[in-house]
Amino acid sequence: MLSINSISKGIVIDHIKPGYGIIIFKHLGLDKADFTVALIMNAVSDKQGRKDIIKIENEIDIDLAMLGFIDPNITVNIIENEIIREKISLSLPNKVEGIIECKNPRCITSVERGITHKFVLLDEKEGRYKCEYCDQIYSWEG
Amino acid sequence: MLKGRNLIDPQDFTVKEIEEIFVLAEEIITRPEEFIHLCDGKVLGTLFFEPSTRTRLSFEAAMLRLGGKVIGFSEPNSSSVSKGENLADTIRTVAAYADVIAMRHPKEGAPKYASYYSDVPLINAGDGGHQHPTQTLTDLLTIKVAKGNFSNLTIGLCGDLKFGRTVHSLIKAISRYENIKFILISPNELQTPEYIKTEILHKKSLDYIEVERLEEVIDKLDILYMTRVQKERFFNEADYIRLKDSYILDNAKLKTAKKDLTILHPLPRVNEISMEVDNDSRAWYFRQAKYGMFVRMALIAKLLGVK
Repeated sequence: MLSINSISKGIVIDHIKPGYGIIIFKHLGLDKADFTVALIMNAVSDKQGRKDIIKIENEIDIDLAMLGFIDPNITVNIIENEIIREKISLSLPNKVEGIIECKNPRCITSVERGITHKFVLLDEKEGRYKCEYCDQIYSWEG
Repeated sequence: MLKGRNLIDPQDFTVKEIEEIFVLAEEIITRPEEFIHLCDGKVLGTLFFEPSTRTRLSFEAAMLRLGGKVIGFSEPNSSSVSKGENLADTIRTVAAYADVIAMRHPKEGAPKYASYYSDVPLINAGDGGHQHPTQTLTDLLTIKVAKGNFSNLTIGLCGDLKFGRTVHSLIKAISRYENIKFILISPNELQTPEYIKTEILHKKSLDYIEVERLEEVIDKLDILYMTRVQKERFFNEADYIRLKDSYILDNAKLKTAKKDLTILHPLPRVNEISMEVDNDSRAWYFRQAKYGMFVRMALIAKLLGVK
């Protein structure tokens, strides 16, 4: 049985869809962290069978919009003195910036230097977004 | 109030605001001499990053007929773009010189991006295969004159519906009126993009069908909007050659069409409407081109707040 100690002060990102933990880990720059972090993959979950979990022994700014875009079922727990001080539920953000890139070769984002890729929520039920510039439709799973 | 606004997407303006533009355009058509000094001292910047003769001349003629002046370029090689200047800087600079900008760009979404950097009203004069809202104002004004209103129409859109920006804009704009039915006529490869179907047709539960043959449906149409298969939108020339003559409207095909059908085309035409159709009273496309200049006059005047 793998044992990961609980954290005394920091953040636990829970209920991550299996396989997505590593994406979030890298997106948050945790692979370069100088504090204690743990990425747990394929943990047993009563609710969803398997899940990924990220534990961060530090207070950092988390991009909740990014997490919600990747998987709105994720929960973020803020830990103080080894207990959950706050539990944040996520939802699909209305706008995502700088997370995915527009793949339309005809889009202005394919040529203009320094442009930020932006997507706006088109269909909440199906998790579909459109490029703010060219209207190309995307979902996280492509 | 349209003063200071941008026109990037046909839905940037409400139906009422578009109606105000048409009222002014019709006044200009009736009494053009009353408007020849409306834009004295004003400057239009025409930034055409992609070749276009008609739309650019239409904008320039519109501003000159209002008494204003025009600056700009008609292809990027003659501008600082050829030196590697980015779009944001080009727009910031021209916005310092002009009171209103009309911009055409080969990349989709370029005018939207440009509008973030413009201090003056920016008009999308066509962005790649995406949108062309001033062509839509032209189309709507023509339909208004031809049909009297925009409701209860069956509209056939025929040709390149994938890259046909005029079609995308027209669907967006006219879908806001009552009891509009669309018949989308195209080869499989050139069907209407998914975002138009999702965002407009499905979301508003509009009545539409997709077919491949014009002959099957021409008798049902009140409006037939023909489009060119655009060589410049294809990455592969073989695909263009295979698809370019998919539809050719001629007198034989018009035999079963309604007597009051209105045939529209954003021009330029290549092969998609036979010249024998030009003399048919149902052919509205040259009148449509003329309305384009008047509606752009009205648009410029509204955005500048001089009328």
